[in-house]
Amino acid sequence: MTHLLLAAGNTAVSTPSVSYHALAPIFIVLGAAMLGVLVEAAVPRAERFTVQLMVTIVGLVAALVVVGLLHGTRTTTPSPTGNDAFFAGSLSIDGVGLFLQGTVLALALVAALLVSERSVDVGSPIVASAAVVVGSADDRRLTTADRVQTEVFPLMLFAVSGMLIFPIANNLILMFVALEVLSLPLYLMAGLARRRRLLSQEASLKYFLLGAFASAFFLYGLALLYGYADTVDLPGIFTAQQTSGKSDVLLYTGLALLLVGLLFKASVAPFHNWTVDVYVGAPTPVTAFMASCTKVAAFGAILRVLFVGFSSAEWNWRPVIWAVAIASMVVGAVLGLTQTDIKRILAYSSIAHAGFILVGMVAITKQSTASVMFYVLTYGFTTLAAFGMLMLVRDPDGEATQLARWSGLARKSPVVATVMTVLLLSMAGIPLTSGFTGKFYVFRAAWDTAGPLVVIALLSSAVAAFFYLRIVVMMFFAEPPVDSPTIAIPGWAASVALTVGVVVTIVLGVFPQPVIDLASKASYFTG
Amino acid sequence: MSPYYYLVLSAALFTIGAVGVLVRRNAIVVFMCVELMLNAVNLTLVTFSRINGSLDGQIMAFFVMTVAAAEVVVGLAIITSIFRTRRSASVDDANLLKY
Repeated sequence: MTHLLLAAGNTAVSTPSVSYHALAPIFIVLGAAMLGVLVEAAVPRAERFTVQLMVTIVGLVAALVVVGLLHGTRTTTPSPTGNDAFFAGSLSIDGVGLFLQGTVLALALVAALLVSERSVDVGSPIVASAAVVVGSADDRRLTTADRVQTEVFPLMLFAVSGMLIFPIANNLILMFVALEVLSLPLYLMAGLARRRRLLSQEASLKYFLLGAFASAFFLYGLALLYGYADTVDLPGIFTAQQTSGKSDVLLYTGLALLLVGLLFKASVAPFHNWTVDVYVGAPTPVTAFMASCTKVAAFGAILRVLFVGFSSAEWNWRPVIWAVAIASMVVGAVLGLTQTDIKRILAYSSIAHAGFILVGMVAITKQSTASVMFYVLTYGFTTLAAFGMLMLVRDPDGEATQLARWSGLARKSPVVATVMTVLLLSMAGIPLTSGFTGKFYVFRAAWDTAGPLVVIALLSSAVAAFFYLRIVVMMFFAEPPVDSPTIAIPGWAASVALTVGVVVTIVLGVFPQPVIDLASKASYFTG
Repeated sequence: MSPYYYLVLSAALFTIGAVGVLVRRNAIVVFMCVELMLNAVNLTLVTFSRINGSLDGQIMAFFVMTVAAAEVVVGLAIITSIFRTRRSASVDDANLLKY
C-alpha cells in the first residue's frame, strides 16, 4: 500500500507529450463529425443534405491524404513522462495500423456515397424521420417525402473515428472505448431504413443487445488480464507472461473472454448469430458499411491483440483460432446454401469470409499479417459493391432481395447482371478477381503451419462457390418472373461507388502486386 | 477481510447478469442485466487494483462507467422507438427477421 500513498502524495502532474501529427486522421474525422452535428442544428433543412455530404466527403478524403503522408511512421504515443505512465504508448501508429486506417477510410468514402444515393428511392435509402412511429399517418406521408434523417452522416463519421482508433489501440481499455465509439453509432444506423422500418428497428435492437452483451465479455476479459499483468498495455501483458507469478487461469480466461468480444464484432461463428438478421434489417448502404469497415477494424484489433500481446502464447490460442475459423467457414458455406434471399446469402458469405481471414492468422509471420491486411481490403471493396448492387433491383415497396425475383435479370439489364456476376465470382474466389488473389495469399501464408486447415478452407470455399454460382445461373439462364422487378438507374453517387468497387475487384485480381508489396512493406508492429 | 472474496462476488454478479441476458424477455430487463455485468467488471477492476497495489484499475472503472452511461442513451432510444410501435418491449415479440 505504501507506494499507493506515495503516488497520491506526489502532486506534480506532468503533461504527457502526444504526437498530434500522427493522430491527425482521427482528429480530422472526429472534427468533421462534430461539424456535422453543428450543421444539423444550424443549417436549414433544404440545404442540410448537401452540406452534410460535403463535410463527410471532405473529412474522409482529408484523413485519407494524411494517412498517406504518414506512411512509414513508427511511433507510439503518448510518450511516458514522469510517473503518469498509465496511458503511455497506448496508441501505436505503425505500418499495420496505417494500412488498416487507410483501408477503413477508403471503404467509408465509398459507403458514404452509397448512403447519399438519392435517385433509386424517393429521398434516399435512409428514413425521413426516425422518430415518427412506424405505420402512423405521418410515417406513410414521409415514406415518399423528399426528406432524409441527415444525422446518418455524423453518425457514420463517429463510427469511422472509432474504427480508426480500434486497430491502433495498444491499450485494452482504449481498445474498449474505441469498440464502443464504433458500435454505438452503428446500432442507431441499423435502425434507419426507409422501407420495412419495423425490420430495421428490430435489427437495431438485436444488434444493440447482443453487442452490449459481447462488449461486457470483452471488458471482463480485460479485468482478468489486468489482474494477471497489473497493466492493460499489450506489450506489458506480453512481458508479464514471462515475469508474472500469478495463475495462468487469469491469463487464459482473460484472453478467451477478450476474444469473444472481438470475434463477435468480426462476425465469426459461433458468435455470428446477430450478423444475418442485422445485415438484412439494416438499410442496404449501412449494411455495406458494416460488412466492410467493421470487419477491417475488428480484424485489425484481433491481429494486434494476438500478434503483439500474445505472440508467446501462440501454442495456446492457435487451436482456438483453428476451431473458430473452421466453424465460421462451415456455418457460412452450409447455411448460405439453404437461403432464398440474396441479402441473407451475402450475410452468410461474410461469415464464411471471416473464417477465411482467420486462416491467415494461424501463423505469426510478417507474411500472414500482410495477407490478412490484403484480404480485408479486397473483400471490403467487393462486398461494398455487392450490397450496393442490391439497391438497384427494386419492387414497388423496396428492394427485391428474394432470389426468385432475380431470375432472368440478364435479359432485363445485362449490365447489372454482368457486374453482379463479377462481384459474385470474386467472392467465390475465381481467378482474375481480387477474391482469388486474397484467398491465395491467405492460404499460402497459412500453408506451412496449418496445412489441414487450408484444405478445409478450400473445401468450404468450393461449397460456398455453389451458392454464388447459383445466383449467376439464375440471372442468366432462368425465365424472368411475370411482374419482373424494375432496375433503378443509379445517380452519380452510387455510380461512382459501384464503379470503384468493381474496378478495385478486377484490378486487384489482374494486377495485385503493387498493393501486395505495400501490404508486406506495412506489415510491422511497433509497441 | 481477504480481497479475493470480492473477486468471487464479482464473478457471481457477472454470471447472474449473463444468465439474465439469456433468460429474461423484457428488453429493459435484458439491458439492466448487461449493466449488471459491466458493474461486476468494475468491482473486479477495483479489487485487482487493491490486490496489485496500483491505481490503474480504479481509473479504468471510470472509463467503464462513462461508456456504460453512453450505452444507456443509445439503448433506451432504440427500445423506446420499438415500444412506440409495438406497445411491447418483449424481445420475443421482435421476431420478424426469421428465415
